[in-house]
Amino acid sequence: MHQQRLVVVGNGMVGHRFVQELLALHPDLPAAGLAVTVLGEEPRPAYDRVHLSSFFSGTSADELSLVEPGFYQRPGLRLRLNARVASIERRNNTLQLADGEVLAYDKLVLATGSYPFVPPVPGRERDACHVYRTIEDLEAMQASGARSASGVVVGGGLLGLECAKALRDMGLRTHVVEFAPRLMVAQVDDGGGRILRRKIEDLGVQVHTERNTAEITDGATARHRMVFADGSWLETDMIVFSAGIRARDELARRCLLAVGPRGGVVIDDHCRSSDADIYAIGECASWNEQVFGLVAPGYDMARVAARHIGGGADAAFAGADMSTKLKLMGVDVASIGDAQGRTRGALSCVFTDEIKQIYKKLVVSADRKRLLGAVLVGDAAEYGTLLQMMLNGIALPEAPEQLILPAADGAAKAGLGVDALPDGAVLCSCNNVSKGQLCAAVADGARTIGELKSATRAGTSCGGCVPLVTQVLNAELKRQGVEVTNHLCEHFPHSRQELYHLVRVGGIRSFAELLHRHGTGRGCDICKPVAASILASCWNDFILNQDQARLQDSNDYFLGNIQKDGSYSAVPRVAAGEITPEQLIAIGRIAKKYDLYTKITGGQRIDLFGAQVHQLPLIWRELVDAGFESGHAYGKSLRTVKSCVGSTWCRYGVQDSVGMAIRLENRYKGLRSPHKIKFGVSGCTRECAEAQGKDVGVIATERGWNLYVCGNGGMKPRHAELLASDLDEATLVRMIDRFLMFYIRTADRLQRTSTWRDNLEGGLDYLKAVILEDSLGLGAELEAEMAHVVGSYACEWKKAIEDPALLRRMRTFVNSDAADDNIVFVRERGQIRPATAAEKLQCFKGIAVVAETA
Amino acid sequence: MTVMTAPAPAAAVAAPIPTAVPAASPAAGPVWQPVCAVEDIWPDTGVCALLGGRQIAVFRLADGGLHAIDNHDPNSGANVLWRGIVGDLGGEPVVASPIYKHHYRLRDGGCIENPDTPLATHAVELRDGIVWVEA
Repeated sequence: MHQQRLVVVGNGMVGHRFVQELLALHPDLPAAGLAVTVLGEEPRPAYDRVHLSSFFSGTSADELSLVEPGFYQRPGLRLRLNARVASIERRNNTLQLADGEVLAYDKLVLATGSYPFVPPVPGRERDACHVYRTIEDLEAMQASGARSASGVVVGGGLLGLECAKALRDMGLRTHVVEFAPRLMVAQVDDGGGRILRRKIEDLGVQVHTERNTAEITDGATARHRMVFADGSWLETDMIVFSAGIRARDELARRCLLAVGPRGGVVIDDHCRSSDADIYAIGECASWNEQVFGLVAPGYDMARVAARHIGGGADAAFAGADMSTKLKLMGVDVASIGDAQGRTRGALSCVFTDEIKQIYKKLVVSADRKRLLGAVLVGDAAEYGTLLQMMLNGIALPEAPEQLILPAADGAAKAGLGVDALPDGAVLCSCNNVSKGQLCAAVADGARTIGELKSATRAGTSCGGCVPLVTQVLNAELKRQGVEVTNHLCEHFPHSRQELYHLVRVGGIRSFAELLHRHGTGRGCDICKPVAASILASCWNDFILNQDQARLQDSNDYFLGNIQKDGSYSAVPRVAAGEITPEQLIAIGRIAKKYDLYTKITGGQRIDLFGAQVHQLPLIWRELVDAGFESGHAYGKSLRTVKSCVGSTWCRYGVQDSVGMAIRLENRYKGLRSPHKIKFGVSGCTRECAEAQGKDVGVIATERGWNLYVCGNGGMKPRHAELLASDLDEATLVRMIDRFLMFYIRTADRLQRTSTWRDNLEGGLDYLKAVILEDSLGLGAELEAEMAHVVGSYACEWKKAIEDPALLRRMRTFVNSDAADDNIVFVRERGQIRPATAAEKLQCFKGIAVVAETA
Repeated sequence: MTVMTAPAPAAAVAAPIPTAVPAASPAAGPVWQPVCAVEDIWPDTGVCALLGGRQIAVFRLADGGLHAIDNHDPNSGANVLWRGIVGDLGGEPVVASPIYKHHYRLRDGGCIENPDTPLATHAVELRDGIVWVEA
């Protein structure tokens, strides 16, 4: 069999993709009769030029590499680096390398890319003047940057702004000089350009538009002086030219291949040049007189050429959508289709928010039925939806402006369901992956976004399609019935919210009844504590009666917080953090007596650690005798109401925050809820109690109290939102009653108010309507439910020590008065702490040694 | 191993709990020892018995079934299993460790999340209202 010699000139992103496509078609090259030689002029194999600027924020050249180790070490494939082609001899199908070596080809693929255009300005070759294309360029920029204080980028296009980010990352005073009247002239319109400019300038990059550089000379205060055509000038230590690209077509020109009017090797739909043995792909090619400076069309050409060379006569390139979405220095910019509205009769619809610096424009067809293009600056969340609408000609909704108007706070955005997309819709344009291919991959077993990415390559280049790809994944999983249901666990086919409703409406007062009527099996450690919490929220019976004790988590069962060694800590309630000297002394005395480790908590109270089960009732007894109650630190319930000292002492306070905090804590103590609840009360706007980081925050005003809700510190901090202002105390309490009971009624298991609020359909406006305006007519009901809980409060420690049957359960061993010898303490900073495993071993060994010598 | 025993006839008088546990000779292997009255274990909960220095968690299910497994949770290093929530997963009775929520099967001591850490199980019997464990 005749071996076909295939030579690929260029090992950039597109040249490498061509080899990948070829291997996908012919995994065994020699068996397919192919001998492939790849020539790369740079010293390293293909790397990711799209994310080149990340090199300056710490990504290494190796991390940018697109070539898996060993990729080019396979039979029939050879990669030669530092190999520059000097000429192509079409008469005898050979090419000559710069070192004189001659290679013969049967088919030749040009993937030579482009070079940065440098305007012919006198002085452009001075020291510390750069271009931005290769890793070597970046290394040179880095070297100049190290001895510069300022830098200028010539060119305010997409690459120019990337480059400005690189300079800024190097800590230089950065300027962008643009010939056109606005930034990103090809992608955005005047309105978008204005917002973009302001955002870029806010990031500390100075923008100079309508500047035509005439000359670069010596500077007085910096290395260079750039003199502009209008006579003005700018001094800078380094300059980077990023004024567009030009196709690398010099080899083609010299061997008399046809080139386009604006450069580039002319190719047909099969990516063939005017010589049937020579193909051209990527930025060096000109299709329909267009050179595509984006990677997606280049990848598409690579696919077409690989197929066509392999005999796929119908493989054809059909042009490319030039829509782009990128994040420039943290600013989202997207341009879709006919962004400038050049189509005849096109209508536009613009939303500008100069405060939030957001600009969005839709370009709509004359008949108002189709989306032609869009510009998004500052927020490009709708990119995926709009792009698909444009590409697939999906009919515009009744009020197309809704597509770009900000959603009312929290309300669901009028989006495009992925179901509306045809199977042929290309969701990942970088890698040409259609919705149909994604669905097929899910059908073949992809279950996570990661699996879907590796199966299809979708979302692995620019990542802009990942939200849509995720939607397809979820929709397909749902269709296959794999979706995660909101069922609590295998024992109850209901969500927590549904169970709450069933318990309350059905008057269910025990777990046995709930299980019998609505569940199966025996229950588990998921549904039992949920049921216990719901029963407590509704009826507030003692949580350790014989029916409910078995439902409680260890913390609730032992009215303490279990620690890693199985011992417990106990926290007496110190409402609002106000504590008398007598109480402090009592806590100190008890801690000393039982040798407990004491620590002040974040909630302004004192935690006592290191009690074994059998010690707990003794400690509770002493604390109760000293006037303390349980602090419910163990419960999914109200924890603390943190307060600042307020107007009583503080010279700035406007209300008595401590008094208010004590009253609130005593009102809601013991209230069981889907998760723990924390309050804060501040006596003035200085907010020393950090109430805005709490589930319920109350801040004093001159005229009353402001109520904030759904804040959180911890793992995912969230600022609380203002629900109502200047409330009097009675109204404040009523609103909190309603808020808490509404949360308890509707939240999921272990869902804090912050995530509950984030998932609440209708958002803050809805919450305000329900709580303040009683839009659901639930107000009185919620208040009555709270009144029942408040009225039936009892200290759980006190109940426990008065119950002999329960006390019998509070023993470390049912048949012995011994303690658990696995709980071992050592002393540190004057207090006990759990021994480490090594310390325990030593301690046991020590005893053994003594025993032996005795 | 688990033994289900029918409740003692109502007429039978519960024997007093023996206070002196016969000392087990190590060479003699496990011996049957009384632990507590069955009412001392509330249904669907556990207690911990100290038998010859060994901690054994004894559970009583709502249907009367009794199970005994080691009390030591190897996944947390704490002696806590008697304090776990009792339930079932796929019909198999389990206890969830209160520390990191590992589930152990009551029938054979297997750990669902970490098969490398099975627990020893012990024979249990109900004799005249008294729970006996072989350990």
